[in-house]
Amino acid sequence: MSLDQLTITRVGDRVEHADQGEMVLNMGPQHPSTHGVINFVVHADGEVMKRAIPQVGYLHRAIEKIGEIVTYNGFMPYTDRVDYLAAMFANEGYAIAVEKLMGLQVPPRAQYLRAISCELNRIASHLVSIGTMAMDIGAVTPFPYALRERESINDLIEALCGARLTYNYHRIGGVAFDMPDDWIPLCRKWLDHFDKTLDEWDRLISRNEIFVQRLAGLAVVPAAMAIDYGLVGPNLRASGVDFDLRRDHPYGAYADFKFEVPIGKGYAGARAGGKVGDSYDRFYCRVLECRESVRITRQACDKLPGGEFMAKVPKKIRPEAWSEAQSRIEAARGEMAYYVVSDGGERPYRVRARTGSYLAMGIIEDLSRGLMIADLVALIASLDVVAPEIDR
Amino acid sequence: MPALTAEQIHQRLAARFGEAIGALSPPKKDPFFTIAPEKLLEVARFLKSDPELSFDFLQDLTATDHPKDGVIKVVYHFYSYQHRHLLAAKVHADRKSPELDSLEPLWKAANWMEREVYDLYGVTFRGHPDLRRVLLPDDWVGHPLRKDYSEAGGYHEISNVRDNPLDLYLNLDRMVKAQQPPPPAPQPAAAAAKPAAEPPKGA
Repeated sequence: MSLDQLTITRVGDRVEHADQGEMVLNMGPQHPSTHGVINFVVHADGEVMKRAIPQVGYLHRAIEKIGEIVTYNGFMPYTDRVDYLAAMFANEGYAIAVEKLMGLQVPPRAQYLRAISCELNRIASHLVSIGTMAMDIGAVTPFPYALRERESINDLIEALCGARLTYNYHRIGGVAFDMPDDWIPLCRKWLDHFDKTLDEWDRLISRNEIFVQRLAGLAVVPAAMAIDYGLVGPNLRASGVDFDLRRDHPYGAYADFKFEVPIGKGYAGARAGGKVGDSYDRFYCRVLECRESVRITRQACDKLPGGEFMAKVPKKIRPEAWSEAQSRIEAARGEMAYYVVSDGGERPYRVRARTGSYLAMGIIEDLSRGLMIADLVALIASLDVVAPEIDR
Repeated sequence: MPALTAEQIHQRLAARFGEAIGALSPPKKDPFFTIAPEKLLEVARFLKSDPELSFDFLQDLTATDHPKDGVIKVVYHFYSYQHRHLLAAKVHADRKSPELDSLEPLWKAANWMEREVYDLYGVTFRGHPDLRRVLLPDDWVGHPLRKDYSEAGGYHEISNVRDNPLDLYLNLDRMVKAQQPPPPAPQPAAAAAKPAAEPPKGA
């Protein structure tokens, strides 16, 4: 038996032979830098990887199967858990899909409340993403800075809906509660403070030499490859594709707001080797998106209409038999598409949540060839994958 | 770049592929149509390469199980970034041995999505380079999202049944009382000699 055949790894039914001198390591599933419980079977020749094969499913909670057992309204708390870092989007996507099935019109105030809560949640999610990315790379300071800002957002949202993480705020037909009277001044005060904090960020990490060198030119994804692999959201825009569902297929109140859509331009700069679609672009697009979210929230607070926050929804939600609807929303991690099929009963026939992180996992193996193990950490962090979105 | 409506896309495909394309569903729901399974790869190639359609993004690939009709319907959603139009199509796979052509050669996004459909529904995809389970452990038996799935006996001796906690809670009093020794018989003389009620605590 030659030395080649001595070390093999079974990754499911796929047998990988390790070449001579290659190490096979498991990175995960318990690992502080894999953004959740994800395992990577890494074939490494010293520090350089031949390939990294992701293995997911450690957080699979059968949410889609549960969708067939509970009622339409009862499924809403489960959508929070599809992505608990950006739960408002998951709520909204499901609500829009069922509202399409039932033909419900959501009142304008509810649309604005949804937009405000979603944009705040987007900032919170990007803060976690950027903070953990910096921490994974080794810059430990930005993480508590990011979480401190996120605490303020949590406080604001708690005043709005009573929860800090899994909100169950958007309901079928509108939102669950109206805004408290003193909420908007508090929100505006925080938005002004956060603008200054973003400038601080730029000084703290975005222009930090070591941070830029770690990310610039790493795992460049050209636009055609990004579309082919199905990347969405900031990952797609960083590769240069100018597409944002909020602007191009507006839903809810987004048609009323003016905002820019940041796309990748090689922000790291030529001297560092920055290219369009590298990890630094993916990171910096998120920072710029935070600024745009602040703009949108300000506009929404200024223009908030009065009126109802919930449409007249029948007591038992029972869409027409064999109707189906797909809703697409621009979540923090990309386009989230909910596909709901109804068979005429009180419970859905099928609920499907297609998330951005799941598609991003498909590209990791092909991007990881030739990277170093520390680069794999930076790559996973720049794609902003989270385990609950992948596994559901 | 004009975005075509569902009817226009359906007409274009029906003109080219004839009976392989089913009728467009009524406009009350999100419109979709069926594609014959043997023509799937050809139709998909046309969807991607035709300049007026140019569906470059495989937006979603999932399935629904219909045991009463004996099919597993695999649902495809395509989107075009160039023209900004969306398409939903379904392919029926026979439930007894569901097998379809893989779209992985055309869109790499199909790789992981077809693995998920294989994992949860049992549909195999011909030509997929790496068809193995993704969300469940590799030695899992069965395909959970099927309507007739039942977890037989747990996994590796980890049971998946337990007593209803509500029953346990309701019967807890009775169970605890049954285990305690019976209380001692009350002494009338000692009871009469007890002082008056104690003054209430606090204010």
